[in-house]
Amino acid sequence: MSIEANEEFRPKIVAFCCNWCSYAGADLAGSSRLAYPADVKIIRVPCSCRVNPMFILRAFEKGADGVIMCGCHPGDCHYSTGNYYARRRMTLLFSMLDYIGVENGRTRVEWVSAAEGVKFSTTMNEFVEKIHSLGKNVRLGDLRCRN
Amino acid sequence: MQELIARAKELLANGTVARVLGWKAGDLPYNPEPAYFEKEEDFKDFVYNGFCGANLSKYMIEATKLEGKTLVCLKPCDTYSFNQLIMEHRVDREKAYIIGVGCKGKLDIEKIKKQGIKGIQSISGAEITDDAETLTINTLYGDKTIPYADGMLERCHVCKGKEHKIYDEIIGESKDTKDADRFDEVSRIESMKPEEKFAFFQKELSKCIRCNACRNACPACSCRKCVFDSNKFDSSQKANVDSFEEKMFHIIRAFHVAGRCTDCGECSRVCPQGIPLHLFNRKFIKDIDEFYGEFQAGEDITVKGPLTSFTFEDVEPSVVAERG
Repeated sequence: MSIEANEEFRPKIVAFCCNWCSYAGADLAGSSRLAYPADVKIIRVPCSCRVNPMFILRAFEKGADGVIMCGCHPGDCHYSTGNYYARRRMTLLFSMLDYIGVENGRTRVEWVSAAEGVKFSTTMNEFVEKIHSLGKNVRLGDLRCRN
Repeated sequence: MQELIARAKELLANGTVARVLGWKAGDLPYNPEPAYFEKEEDFKDFVYNGFCGANLSKYMIEATKLEGKTLVCLKPCDTYSFNQLIMEHRVDREKAYIIGVGCKGKLDIEKIKKQGIKGIQSISGAEITDDAETLTINTLYGDKTIPYADGMLERCHVCKGKEHKIYDEIIGESKDTKDADRFDEVSRIESMKPEEKFAFFQKELSKCIRCNACRNACPACSCRKCVFDSNKFDSSQKANVDSFEEKMFHIIRAFHVAGRCTDCGECSRVCPQGIPLHLFNRKFIKDIDEFYGEFQAGEDITVKGPLTSFTFEDVEPSVVAERG
């Protein structure tokens, strides 16, 4: 039995958070002492619109089990319209991932404002739980030398 | 074809155009290749038949940078791509003289060979002016006859219509070839279980040798510098090293043309491995139609593309999970 098999599965989760709302929301969650799992690694981006579909795929390539993108609520974007474009892109990308057979629970978009520390922590708790139930991401990893 | 050659020679002689972009005969009867014709004697190699599938819009990106006008032969579906390139300011309309050429569906030599036809020496019935419904293939093992439609490219079975969207003049008759719905295959895959979908794409994409032909032939892939040419990027300009790179390349390739892809089918036609790459593009087209309203890239140059516009009421990305 390998060593890995004995270890509890700890998902690796990447969260892209926009600088103006969600990142501040994560800050608020922290300063309000709201707990969310340490499995979530936050990457700050200037705007949710900055998230290139390649970022999501690259996160999976580098071993992420789930990727979540957080931005300002539609209508509240610091740059007026960034999140509207991001919304269309992510809808198409997620649909494509679903199409090639990647479980659609592994990707998620959530709009979190700077005042929503509670929403940030509940979203992250929910998402980590979901990834726990889906297990390790094997489909988007390297499948060579596996059965 | 003779009418087309005569007209091209005339325009070349009177100085309207400096060169002609068309197809010249290749080494084999079924592989004509895109070529420039600058002198009258060059035209001895000029061909236009059922195997001239190449979309010449892509070549116009470079051609319109040259001195003088370029005469280009565009099939009905190629004119969508040309329109899209005009919209993106990648071609100069003033420097193009477009002759809309007739089309009765283009042939796929791989499909013909798959029907057990080997040792092909010559093919008749592929001429565009020919009204025959059959192809007669002279092979080393005798003559074989197949219906024209059986040798047609997949994209011609789901033809967008035989109307030229942009042209200066039209030469030759077109014939409608549509006999299937382009989303049938996409819907079939969508209805499969995740494991089946994954197995299907894994099988198809593992054939990829990263020759980049799909990218190079695509009229929508018109960036001066491609993201896959960047040396800062792991997947650049090389064979796939793991199964993830295959998927990443194809998803990103399709994503970069989403909303701009006219579904001309060049990617699948040029793929040396026979990967059905159009399935990715069509999935994006199908989703765009479903979520943001029907849209055909290249049809109307005044309409903004779906990924460069938005509405306040757009669906949320969670729709994908809810749809099941």
